[in-house]
Amino acid sequence: MNNTGKNLLRLVMLAAVLLPFTAGVVNAQTTTSEVVEKAPDEVEKSANIGSTADHSKFKELDVDFKSGPEVTEACLACHTEAAKQVHNTKHWTWEFINPETKQRLGKKNVINNFCTATSSNQEFCSACHVGYGWKDDKFDFSQESAVDCLVCHDTTGKYKKLPGLSGHPNYKTMEWPPKSGKFREPTDLTKIAKNIGKTSRETCGACHFYGGGGNAVKHGDLDSSLNNPQRYLDIHMESDGLNFSCGKCHESNSHEVSGSRYAPTATDQEGVLIRGNNGDRNPTTCRACHGNAPHKSVEQAERLNHHANKVACQTCHIPEYARGPLATKMTWDWSTAGKLTEDGKRLLVRGSHGRVIYDSKKGDFTYDRYVIPEYVWFNGNVKYTLFGDKVDGQNKVKINEFLGGPDDPESRIWPVKKFTGKQPYDVGNQTLAVFHTAGKSEASFWTNYDWEKSMEAGMASVGVEYSGEMDFVETEMSWPITHMVAPKEDALTCAQCHRENGRLQNISGVYMPGRDNTPVVDKIGWILALLTLIGVVAHGGIRIVMHKRRQ
Amino acid sequence: MTRIYVFKRFERIWHWTQALLIMTLMLTGFETHGSYSFFGFESAVEIHTIAAWSLVALWVFAIFWHITTGEWKQYIPTTEKVQAMMSFYLTGIFTNAPHPFHQTTLRKHNPLQRIAYLFVLVVISPIIWTSGWFYLFYDSWQDWGFGWLNLEYVALFHVIAAFMMLIFLIAHIYLATAGHTATSHIKAMVSGWEEVEDEE
Repeated sequence: MNNTGKNLLRLVMLAAVLLPFTAGVVNAQTTTSEVVEKAPDEVEKSANIGSTADHSKFKELDVDFKSGPEVTEACLACHTEAAKQVHNTKHWTWEFINPETKQRLGKKNVINNFCTATSSNQEFCSACHVGYGWKDDKFDFSQESAVDCLVCHDTTGKYKKLPGLSGHPNYKTMEWPPKSGKFREPTDLTKIAKNIGKTSRETCGACHFYGGGGNAVKHGDLDSSLNNPQRYLDIHMESDGLNFSCGKCHESNSHEVSGSRYAPTATDQEGVLIRGNNGDRNPTTCRACHGNAPHKSVEQAERLNHHANKVACQTCHIPEYARGPLATKMTWDWSTAGKLTEDGKRLLVRGSHGRVIYDSKKGDFTYDRYVIPEYVWFNGNVKYTLFGDKVDGQNKVKINEFLGGPDDPESRIWPVKKFTGKQPYDVGNQTLAVFHTAGKSEASFWTNYDWEKSMEAGMASVGVEYSGEMDFVETEMSWPITHMVAPKEDALTCAQCHRENGRLQNISGVYMPGRDNTPVVDKIGWILALLTLIGVVAHGGIRIVMHKRRQ
Repeated sequence: MTRIYVFKRFERIWHWTQALLIMTLMLTGFETHGSYSFFGFESAVEIHTIAAWSLVALWVFAIFWHITTGEWKQYIPTTEKVQAMMSFYLTGIFTNAPHPFHQTTLRKHNPLQRIAYLFVLVVISPIIWTSGWFYLFYDSWQDWGFGWLNLEYVALFHVIAAFMMLIFLIAHIYLATAGHTATSHIKAMVSGWEEVEDEE
């Protein structure tokens, strides 16, 4: 056989091997042409989906869903335990019992100094509840189909629960924002269900970035700028860098998301958290990844590591909060709410940060950016002033108090956002008030601007009769600053604390070179040194004079 | 007038290096203490630490030199002529009275100097070195079994000693002009040769 013959034979054999595959492709093309057209995307998607299941291929989701609970039922057909898991979480119960103080906390119970209380306002507040249909006390927390899977697992960005719909997205065309003349199309539940995936900054942020009634309002270290942050804003979440999702730190297990400000871990000395070795440990700490001696190649590394015996990582590494483009709310004065325009309409005034600084519904606000935190000793224990705790109107009420002190080995110096305001309290009952803000009823403050009716309805919703006398009391709330970790070159320098009137001026119980001294020793020391100087100058002067006289 | 050789080369180098280091330590130490801002806290601490270790090294050499040469005997205190020295500084120096102490190569320090230097050596130095070392190794107290120590008191002793050193320094610099002529002591510290009055 000559060369040409050999080559021909090879070609035939190759064709014989390849033919079945070619036939397959041709076959596929003829039957499901759509899929093949998308083939390159499909390959990419399969590689990037981070899951072995592509929900868009599930025929269980080929349904024209009419409501959220219908979607949930479809989810639960496969994910049999998901709803039960969610039922055990704070995201569902809005309740948290502090293991130390036994205080009953959570959104359901706490009265804060932003929108204050959820009771009587659930129809609106539950836009951030992982459930459907919580509009009053009668909500059945045992229903599995009431769990909202989509709010956390949407990847399209089109799923939005609107205030006033008791945790539902809009199923019909709806004007949003109200009276804006803009309309939202009905939510395409099928498309959203087919595109579900892992939680993301956007899904977590849909609530956590907007806490307190708007973007960047509440925390100061959480706002929508973290969806796509640059390096200076967040070294871990930098889009072109490490690109962490929230879940990278807030590691979840069985839908329980770790890390909670109700009982934070103020001190973690257990070093790097090795995989599979969790126990009860909170994985959401700096040291769970960085270990106990993270400063290695920098000058004074040992000294910096040693600082961590007293100072939380956050104190140096989050030099300011609200470092993004958005200002965070610093104060909220409810006592001025209710002023209307001359023709009796809601009044809105905008301030220098482009944000509303007066709203008839809510009162006066102030905002700030690049805010230097306040610093407190904190051992992870937070004590709240809850409904029923005595409030006499004389003293500023600490909505929550970060406990700890210099002699407590579990305490560290932490940065906090101090949020202050004035809010209603029931004078007769001597308690912070629950009042009815949002709703369509006559008693709703945001509808009628009538405190008496609003108080009556709000207090009744927690089973207490309004005393008939209300006033405003000054309040203060602390928020731990722990997000928006800056690049290391932006960390605090020594002198920002080691000086008089530095950042830690108000921190007691530690001796800080540069800030502290023993005044009496300094005084005596300098006086003696000065007297010595005067003495030698005088002595020298006399010598010179005498010397001249002799000449 | 005669010239005598009182300060050998090592002593002169020792003196001036030590002078430089002590002044650096003063300047950066009081800044670390928060008395003023000059280098910036961080740099002040760094310079202070480097200068401190340099001084330790210098002292190792100095102690070795003093022991091997027997020059340590120059610091043995004496009560002889102390009274005379005091009255000289209080009156005699103004009237151009003769210096009560006659300097020789074997007795280069006057009785007040001996007392002052000994005071620096046995009182100020131990306080400053002990407190300074503890200050520097603050991070290791726990490991060394000194967990009960309080930085406030360590710093306090360090600062007290620093003030004593400052006062010594002021007096010392001034008294450098109280020799046979205003500059004779200083020249001696540079060249080694001191002009002394002839003994009568």
